[in-house]
Amino acid sequence: MSTWALARLIAAKDLRVERRSKIVTNQVLPFAGITMVSFAFVLDKQNVIDTVAPGLIWLATMFSLLILVQRSFGIETDDGALDAMRVAGVDAGAIFLGKALALAVQLLVLEVMLFVAAIIFYGESIQSGRAVLAFFNEPTDVNGVEVVLAGLTSPGQSPIFATVLLVTTMISATCGLAAVGTLYGGLAAGFKGSETLLPLLTIPAVAPVLIGATKAVESAVGTSGAAVSEGWQWVSLLAVFAVAAGVGGALAFGPLIDD
Amino acid sequence: MDAPQPPSSMSLPQTSRVDDAASRADPRSNQVIVLDDVVAVLGQFPALAGVTLTVERGEIVLLKGPNGAGKTTLLRLCAGLLRVERGAATVLGFDLATQRHELRSHVGLLGHQNGLYLDMDVRENVQFWGRTVGASDTEIDQAMVRMGVAGRLADVPVRKLSAGQKRRTALACLVARRAQVWLLDEPHAGLDAIGRDELDATLVEASQAGATIIVASHELERAGNLATRIVEVIGGQVHDTRATTAKAPGPSS
Repeated sequence: MSTWALARLIAAKDLRVERRSKIVTNQVLPFAGITMVSFAFVLDKQNVIDTVAPGLIWLATMFSLLILVQRSFGIETDDGALDAMRVAGVDAGAIFLGKALALAVQLLVLEVMLFVAAIIFYGESIQSGRAVLAFFNEPTDVNGVEVVLAGLTSPGQSPIFATVLLVTTMISATCGLAAVGTLYGGLAAGFKGSETLLPLLTIPAVAPVLIGATKAVESAVGTSGAAVSEGWQWVSLLAVFAVAAGVGGALAFGPLIDD
Repeated sequence: MDAPQPPSSMSLPQTSRVDDAASRADPRSNQVIVLDDVVAVLGQFPALAGVTLTVERGEIVLLKGPNGAGKTTLLRLCAGLLRVERGAATVLGFDLATQRHELRSHVGLLGHQNGLYLDMDVRENVQFWGRTVGASDTEIDQAMVRMGVAGRLADVPVRKLSAGQKRRTALACLVARRAQVWLLDEPHAGLDAIGRDELDATLVEASQAGATIIVASHELERAGNLATRIVEVIGGQVHDTRATTAKAPGPSS
């Protein structure tokens, strides 16, 4: 069986387990939502929220990533399945890719929900918030899609380019987060106290993703007057990070969980 | 290649991959495991200090010995999980010094945990492990029937199974992924009397189907009745080996 076919098998298994257990919908999403609400209460100044909202989205994503990774490897260690895969000679690169793929899918769903939450909770501070509210309140006045696209950007920004930038940022940042999370999740799974070890390893490692993704989203939504064109250099950083973490993780995962 | 073949009545799935592995074994004998003065270390500690042992196809071998004697280490070595520091070792014809990663997909090691996904049902677990080696739906169904987890149990989440049912599901996974050598560490632990009887019957049946089985156990009376040979391990060495009165059920008998 090819590495890619094995990876898809493992990803499908992880997503099936998640569909059964509903950990993401019942625990991770509420956790992320509460985090967003808490930030909104604590930073109860419009100009502050205007400035930090993109970063808050990615911070909430990172915290949720830690829970998702714990869960992803929890199902492997509950009854020794990760060890069994190692014993069975399942390609470690396929295990890494499969688990990272499943994690990325869950993260993408989470990020979409967080962006919607940001629009709702920080709506008064971000242009997109007003646009979406307008979309729901007066849907017959104008084309709804155009309203949303326009709302995702500040005045003067191209809504299509900004949306492309936003989507590209989400995808590339998600790939990087999933790769790093899977790598360190696999490493921490073999140690006692993995609950504390995982954040210690993961948070510093994903710092470049947090910074890059925040800057790129700032450009996409026009925070502090940032232009869309300024965001692509950050997307480049995210893409390089994702490729490096993906390739490095696939190569390093075997030795990490073996011997 | 006249490598020993299981009897035609067995229901162990036949595949070219199995044949490839079987063809690696010495065609002049039924020897599946050959260890000659093998040394393996755990950290700085020589957990196996010169083990010499030969196991033939279809045998059920009981490893006995005190705690820390090296029984589990011996099983892990045979599964290709430990390096051979000294001596010569082959399992299914794979040289453990150079091919232990290649060996792994041909052997099954079942320790205190079952390696199952608790939120998935029995069928999904067996399917998953079978699919990792490209097993067909028919092979997967056969494995479940052989281990008695087909029918109403098939759709039950593993989390809701009894310890014995989980054990049988794990063994079905071993069958589905075509393991030819079963390495079982305390397989009776946690099972009630019925579960133990079922497990014993399963092991005898698997042996009859051509599987070679090594069991590490402290439950000498039960496992001893099952085994065709008892090997005593003390201090990382084989201290004694003797055949039992049990008739070897495998094809070599």
